[in-house]
Amino acid sequence: MSTIKSLEDLKKAREEALKKRDLKASSGTVQVIVGMGTCGIAAGARDTMKSILDTIEKDSINGIIVTQTGCIGLCEKEPIVQVVIGEAAKVTYGKVTPDVAKKILLEHVGNGKVVTDHVLNI
Amino acid sequence: MRELSLHLLDIAENSISAKAKDITIEVIEDLRIDLLQLSVHDNGYGMPPEMAAKVVDPFVTTRTTRKVGLGIPLLKEAAEMCNGSLELTSEVGIGTNIVVKFQYSHIDRMPLGDITTTLLHLLVANPSVHWIYKYRFNENEFVFDDEPVKAEIEGLPLSDPSILNCLREMLQSGIDDARASNVS
Repeated sequence: MSTIKSLEDLKKAREEALKKRDLKASSGTVQVIVGMGTCGIAAGARDTMKSILDTIEKDSINGIIVTQTGCIGLCEKEPIVQVVIGEAAKVTYGKVTPDVAKKILLEHVGNGKVVTDHVLNI
Repeated sequence: MRELSLHLLDIAENSISAKAKDITIEVIEDLRIDLLQLSVHDNGYGMPPEMAAKVVDPFVTTRTTRKVGLGIPLLKEAAEMCNGSLELTSEVGIGTNIVVKFQYSHIDRMPLGDITTTLLHLLVANPSVHWIYKYRFNENEFVFDDEPVKAEIEGLPLSDPSILNCLREMLQSGIDDARASNVS
């Protein structure tokens, strides 16, 4: 039987996270928004979201706020992901597969380089 | 949608759109009575009876971007195909309840799928909602309430890498444990 992770573990995780955060000054807030309407979910948005969360976890990317939104009326372009970094204009990506999502996090969020082949012009 | 956990995500989205502050999600796998049950209970806006009666119709939606909504009708059909049902009760100003039942052993029943990812996702992407997850496998229950969790991590976002990892393990081990203790 595995042991259930408890609040104690969470406390440790929190302390660890705070230590790391002290070392790395945050460069403005980064917001990643995933479209989660019925259309998005049917198109695979949960896998896209999973990829985003997994990448944050594995590559220890701090300071990202991950949120979601409903259907924005571009169902044929789902899964849709929007990235807002600090004061910069929002970038909207379409057809974001788990691999593309990872690329967006590493290149756009990580290095400020927009992944141009998946940008939607809206 | 090929997994029930995706449908669950979809109906929970309705509760979020209805501005619910507290959302309880319950998953029951009871092999003793051949039942798989999903329910979502919220205290969002709620709907008047006529709307609640019509919401299972694909041409009813609150969305303004398009005039059809498919989430609930699709799930209802999937449940009925498996000797199950979808019941929706709602009251304006109180909230909405959805209970979906499936015959567990029915050949057409979709797999439950990756329930941990669905729960983790809802939790992380909607931090202002108070989430309660209940999972029951036969008589073993696992309950996850995000309130003590949020109090514990005070000042850190749920999407912090270490926190994310810990939350995933909390959910996964809770569900695995409820399932495992039945096998013996």
